[in-house]
Amino acid sequence: MTQESTEEKQTKPLLPFIKIPDNYPEEDAYLWGSKCSDCGSQFLGERLACGKCGGQTFEEVRFSDEGEIYVFSVVHQGVEEPFVGAIVDLKDGPSVRATVSGLDLEKVDERYKDWFGTKVKMYTEKVATDREGNDVIAAKFKVA
Amino acid sequence: MRDVAVVGVNMIKFGRYPDKDVIRLASEATIAALKDAGCTIKDIEVLVSGNLYQSNAMVGQRIMKEVGATGIPVINIANACATGSTAFRDAWLSVASGAYDVALAVGSEQMGKMGLLGGGGGGDRAYRTEGVMGTGIMPGVFGQAGVEHMRKYGTTQEQFAKVAVKNHHHSMGNPYAQYQKETPLEDVLNARTVAWPNTLFMCCPTGDGAAAAVLMSADKAKQYTTNPVWVAASVLTSDPYQERNPTMTDINTVTRIAAKEAYATAGIGPEDLSQVELHDCFATAELLHYENLGLCGDGEAGQLIDEGATSIGGRIPVNASGGLLSKGHPLGATGVANIVELVWHLRGQAGDRQVEGSKVGLAHVIGLGSACTINIIKK
Repeated sequence: MTQESTEEKQTKPLLPFIKIPDNYPEEDAYLWGSKCSDCGSQFLGERLACGKCGGQTFEEVRFSDEGEIYVFSVVHQGVEEPFVGAIVDLKDGPSVRATVSGLDLEKVDERYKDWFGTKVKMYTEKVATDREGNDVIAAKFKVA
Repeated sequence: MRDVAVVGVNMIKFGRYPDKDVIRLASEATIAALKDAGCTIKDIEVLVSGNLYQSNAMVGQRIMKEVGATGIPVINIANACATGSTAFRDAWLSVASGAYDVALAVGSEQMGKMGLLGGGGGGDRAYRTEGVMGTGIMPGVFGQAGVEHMRKYGTTQEQFAKVAVKNHHHSMGNPYAQYQKETPLEDVLNARTVAWPNTLFMCCPTGDGAAAAVLMSADKAKQYTTNPVWVAASVLTSDPYQERNPTMTDINTVTRIAAKEAYATAGIGPEDLSQVELHDCFATAELLHYENLGLCGDGEAGQLIDEGATSIGGRIPVNASGGLLSKGHPLGATGVANIVELVWHLRGQAGDRQVEGSKVGLAHVIGLGSACTINIIKK
């Protein structure tokens, strides 16, 4: 008798603070996190305690898909195609590391000042298949 | 806390030693530092060994087996790039606390030609985040840190590049540096981009190295030298809460709180420093730390490098050794090596790169994630 996996392939988040809804892909994945009930600090994903005040009660928050570029680097090291690796401040939310598309990398020397504060929009995308054959979903950003 | 003297120091030339293992490198530095102190391994009461990549491999005990295993307590330290400086601080604490009279700090690392990415490996590559969800590699993180300064204060890529020009120039006087090579501004700016705004010459190399220091209580030091160098402050901090941290690693606050404590402990201000060895793992970092250490006001770092104030001969020479950019950055060795450098300057033994009349030196190290050590050494 051959052993065949009856387990269904799943959709997995690249990082734990990407929420894949039960009815995905009808409902898109989104970024979520925790808001400290004591001091209001917001964090990506789940928390045991607040990194600012030590509080231990949290409200689960769905973060906005919108944000703006705080700072960035154009990373050439270790990749075939350079990319904009930014810190994006989510609207009314925390900051997130983000790969941002839609900026002309060739023009960074003359245009970098214009990139500060650029409005960006999050979208999710399948980026890989893991060893178990599950789809891996990432959150990416593009200029809004 | 008791006064603590640095009585013996030495280091090996940083570089690549494929034919030696890290214990051999560490032992060479140890034996040379013991000789410099005029003592032997039998005089050492505690060893603190800093090594990052072999932190699970009892490097300290293996050094003792190589140089003389006397049965003393051995402590192995890992604290990212601040590994060596944390080992030095723990050796200082061992003596300052009164627990021991003679302590040995050894920092060592063998990185080989691992490239700038480092570490990593293992796990399912499908979950690799680099380039997919931003950047977390060192060049990316320190690129962002520099860009934050550009955004806040209008600092330019050219001003960051001048750090590389200066430090590579300083290295020409340092035979212990991994690279001794002039890099004119044009060459720095035209080198390939690693992570904008840092080009290749604005990134420290990986490599191998070792450095050692013998620390003694004041009474003990008198038996070995008439001219000791003193530890005026030895401070270690971790990064406090900041809104964007850890998404965006904060190398500034951790340094500022360490500097404040170090100056208060030493009873001096930045204006009293003769020279500084600071953590220029990337050129962008150096300018940030000018302000974090109070060498100039906030937003004035670009002007400070423009004026040449931090060159040897300037108002406050920074990284006379050539800095990590040229001297190299074998992680566990770095923090002990910059103590060695300062001691040599304070003794007037720094050769062609000597900062004339140096009386007080500050050594600053960052371990990303983050740790900061500041050691102030005085005559």
